[in-house]
Amino acid sequence: MDFLRPASWEEALAAKAEHPTAVPIAGGTDVMVEINFDHRRPEYLMDLGRIGELYEWEVGEDGVRLGASVPYTKIMENLRSELPGLALASHTVASPQIRNRGGVGGNLGTASPAGDAHPALLAAGAEVEAQSVRGSRRIPIDEFYTGVKRNALAPDELIRAVHIKKADGPQQYSKVGTRNAMVIAVCAFGLALHPETRTVRTGIGSAAPTPVRARAAEEFLNAALEEGGFWDNGKIITPSVAKQFADLCSAACNPIDDVRGTASYRRHAVGVMARRTLTWTWESYRGTRHASEGAA
Amino acid sequence: MRVNFTVNGRPQEADDVWEGESLLYVLRERLGLPGSKNACEQGECGSCTVRLDGVPVCSCLVAAGQVEGREVVTVEGLADYARQRSCGTGACGTSPDEARRWQAKGTDSGTGQSGAFPHATLSPIQQAFIDAGAVQCGFCTPGLLVAADEMLERNPNPTDADIREALSGNLCRCTGYEKIMDAVRLAAARQSEGV
Repeated sequence: MDFLRPASWEEALAAKAEHPTAVPIAGGTDVMVEINFDHRRPEYLMDLGRIGELYEWEVGEDGVRLGASVPYTKIMENLRSELPGLALASHTVASPQIRNRGGVGGNLGTASPAGDAHPALLAAGAEVEAQSVRGSRRIPIDEFYTGVKRNALAPDELIRAVHIKKADGPQQYSKVGTRNAMVIAVCAFGLALHPETRTVRTGIGSAAPTPVRARAAEEFLNAALEEGGFWDNGKIITPSVAKQFADLCSAACNPIDDVRGTASYRRHAVGVMARRTLTWTWESYRGTRHASEGAA
Repeated sequence: MRVNFTVNGRPQEADDVWEGESLLYVLRERLGLPGSKNACEQGECGSCTVRLDGVPVCSCLVAAGQVEGREVVTVEGLADYARQRSCGTGACGTSPDEARRWQAKGTDSGTGQSGAFPHATLSPIQQAFIDAGAVQCGFCTPGLLVAADEMLERNPNPTDADIREALSGNLCRCTGYEKIMDAVRLAAARQSEGV
């Protein structure tokens, strides 16, 4: 094994072009587990820890450009108002020690269906900025996950940053596990209301070979909210609409039985989380609409 | 490969380090600092918690090559670290002269233990763990001490929820955590009283 220590982003891209099998390591919270357990013996390990810009973020007009290695702790501390869904998801990641090291770039690189950031990214709307010596491209998050632990990156590409839309409405994140800390999601659910476009987006984790959106559920809810004038009148979402939304979210799952839970439990739990997060976000939306009246 | 970094305030050099080796392995097997414990090797248990440039991390998940030029504090250096911190803020009641003398001793003393226990005294959090009976088998203790000490540095008056959150990455299979909670509360109380 060779240890590559690029001092700059350009050096890292050059090294990745020269050694496409090189495994990038930043927080190490995925890679080192595989090495410690002898599940992986990469020819080259490439430390990205010396590249300062990967640890920085920029808040723009419409979105946040989040450096690939910004630790979850920093997201929780600094980006809660811009990226509420991702901040909530970050808080469910493992433990303080892990959140101090791990970041969204690693979650995307590993592309585990159980990665905690994915449902939040899918719900908020995001693009992955991939770079190589050939240039830069932005991969829509919906096209990024291509299979179990597979993603759309080319062998010579590295993740430079993630571009995430700033929240224009309430966002929620929910995760099922046996305790609050140190849990790999049995399943997880992210929901974002986008009042500006009058749309709702979802993200489901650990309930399909890849993180997925519940598109049919989104379409149903978008139509139901529009039809009932809900965005304008701010009425309580009727239980039948919430139930239909939850059922469609369950139906979007394609889960497996494993040690963490059964497929049918996952389907059920995703439905429960969908209904709850819809209620939470909608109540919050109503609250901001009728700030003076409070959440009735 | 060779890795140069600072451990508990002293420059260290580790040779013939395998590229896939963890910081934990280097600390324990190459530098003779076995305080950080090796249990799960996957970041689940927190017993290998150290501070890397001040930040608590699982040393089993840090590749040795990643610490080149960086500063690590282990449980062995916790007493010194805590003392320097309180002296730095003038809260320790030690005169600057005394502090200087103590530091000089700390860097020079060749105890043969490679940086372990240059002084017999304990950090406040270590003393609190003893006083509260928070140590049973002791395997999880070093990681808990490092994590708890860092929290008290950041948050001198933690709520119970703050303590649970800060220690949520450290598993203990003996105590049921109640005595550990007592110990951290005790350390926080003593800290705020300036004891």
